[in-house]
Amino acid sequence: MSTKVPSESRPIAPTPQWLQALLLLVPAGVWLALLLVIPTLLIFELSLVPNIKPGDLVNPSGLGNYWRIFQSDVLNVIGRSLLFATGTTLLCLLMGFPVAYWIALLSPKRWRNLLLLAFVLPLWTSSLLRSYAWISILRPTGVLNTLLTSLGLPTLDLLNRSPAVFIGMTYSLLPYMVLILYASLEKLDRRFLEAAADLGATPPQAFWKVTVPQTLPGIAAGSLLVFITGLGDFINPELLGGTSSMTAARLIYNQFLGATQNWGFGSALSMVLILAVSLAIALLIKYGDKNASSL
Amino acid sequence: MAQTATQNQQTTGINVEFDVELRKVFKVFNGEIVVRGIDLSIRRGEFFSILGPSGCGKTTTLRLIAGFETPTAGDVLIRGQSMLNVPPYRRPANTVFQNYALFSHLTVWENVAFGLRIKKRGKAEVQERVKEALKLVKMEGFAKRFPAQLSGGQQQRVALARALVNRPTVVLLDEPLGALDLKLRKEMQVELSNLHQELGVTFVLVTHDQEEALSLSDRIAVMVDGKVEQMGSPSQIYDRPQTPFVADFIGDTNLFRGRIEGAHPTMLWVITDKGLKMKVQPANDTNGLPLTSGAVVVSVRPEKVNVGFSPPDGSLNCFEGRLKHVMYLGTHVHYVVQLLSGDQITVRQPNALNVPTGDTPVYLHWGADDCLALPE
Repeated sequence: MSTKVPSESRPIAPTPQWLQALLLLVPAGVWLALLLVIPTLLIFELSLVPNIKPGDLVNPSGLGNYWRIFQSDVLNVIGRSLLFATGTTLLCLLMGFPVAYWIALLSPKRWRNLLLLAFVLPLWTSSLLRSYAWISILRPTGVLNTLLTSLGLPTLDLLNRSPAVFIGMTYSLLPYMVLILYASLEKLDRRFLEAAADLGATPPQAFWKVTVPQTLPGIAAGSLLVFITGLGDFINPELLGGTSSMTAARLIYNQFLGATQNWGFGSALSMVLILAVSLAIALLIKYGDKNASSL
Repeated sequence: MAQTATQNQQTTGINVEFDVELRKVFKVFNGEIVVRGIDLSIRRGEFFSILGPSGCGKTTTLRLIAGFETPTAGDVLIRGQSMLNVPPYRRPANTVFQNYALFSHLTVWENVAFGLRIKKRGKAEVQERVKEALKLVKMEGFAKRFPAQLSGGQQQRVALARALVNRPTVVLLDEPLGALDLKLRKEMQVELSNLHQELGVTFVLVTHDQEEALSLSDRIAVMVDGKVEQMGSPSQIYDRPQTPFVADFIGDTNLFRGRIEGAHPTMLWVITDKGLKMKVQPANDTNGLPLTSGAVVVSVRPEKVNVGFSPPDGSLNCFEGRLKHVMYLGTHVHYVVQLLSGDQITVRQPNALNVPTGDTPVYLHWGADDCLALPE
């Protein structure tokens, strides 16, 4: 009786490593396979099917949809998408950095969460709603122009042109930039700023030689996130940009659900966008790693 | 013209002796007085230590000199010039920070070159001076490494080089050796001392490690509660403490409360609260005169106490007790002895062959020169 070992104290056989890995990875793996990998492959297959609609280029090689992209009208659209995304990234960086800097380093500590919340709040509203709000602000008889007129200033015609797209996209994406930059600046070791001052650096010198290099990974991550999201943004250009602001995302929409039904060409354009974004992310990962190893 | 020249000469003549002066400096943080009217004059080329327990205001004092804090009242001078309106980046002082604060995005070479490049020195000069500074701290071979690839001691050396390369009037060291293990700390103490002698620059060291302060400094200021409790050479601080706090904080000591019973010009008779009668040396009172009456605290250093198994002949301060604990420390042995009066006394003697053990009766004795009566 006394030699009997209670069952609780018997060692449990360890789960083999391959099983652990399987159990941990299967849910997300299935999700990714069903909703990302397979659809992407389907889009790729679709992009090779030549469209037989009258008026479209018919190319039996299967790559005709891709050649179509290199025609100047499509290249212009892609160029405009890149311009919107790049411009929005720069605007977000220019406006977001001072804000994130102030919240992370200068504002009273007990206000910080509240201030961040105030910045994230717009994210909780529907993006459609935000665009409609901008329409009512920017339209010729909107809030902005009413204000300008009452001040005796000339009115601004911004809606249905690219300025409205920049405004709407920057407004939508600024919170992401602020959040990422805040996370980076908040980790900045303030003794570095003291050390820089100690070594003779004026505050602007310390900013460029210490603060910016120290937060470069955050700047890169924030910029890339805004750039990628901006490149794929459909609602802001569609609702605020008017007919002159055709972007790649709108063009793709039109191929599937809009007036010009051409699934093959839409798929090819999608593939190019996916490839470009993947490349950008790959660059970020590589760049981020390089930065991490030097820390 | 002539008048201005003589005036200048006079001012420089007066100030030439001191590199750093603090005049009645106060610092208040959120209603809490951290530094209470400190007066310090640190001589040119001196190795000066500010020693005190944590929270005594010593780091704040150093930051006031560096310029990271501005005094609430009083003045900070470097080489006779008021620093009140001078930002840290224009002060001729460089700091070796606690935990070093080496820029993690820069290599060792770039860290050391930072100050020179900010001051737009020529490329050749930067190259030469950085090389020289790295050689000084024996880190020439590590120029291309990043701080994260260095050990604590190596980071410490780089931090020193980064400060010294600028040839500052005064080098401020904020607990620079605090993060190192004991052996490395001892090594770096020797190197700090060598560097100071070699360069002749004024060093101001902040530390809570009394041994470090004693072994390195020309002079020490002991700080408590935002005030300087005592200032003097290491031997003055250790052998002639002026207050019970200093006696207790610097090294170990046994303290007895008592009253002066009789006074001779150089000796006092003291009766302790527990009835021990001792002949002791008097410390000076606040007016610089030897104590002659009143309540005192007698300080006896553990290493000054002799242990015997029989009463010695003719020793003045001799008390019987029982050996309670023996702590073997390698080079030394610590004894805790309970006197018949009830006092517990710590004794520190060099390691000897016959270390007594157990609950043995012993006699403790020490000379009148070996103990000091301090004003209560």
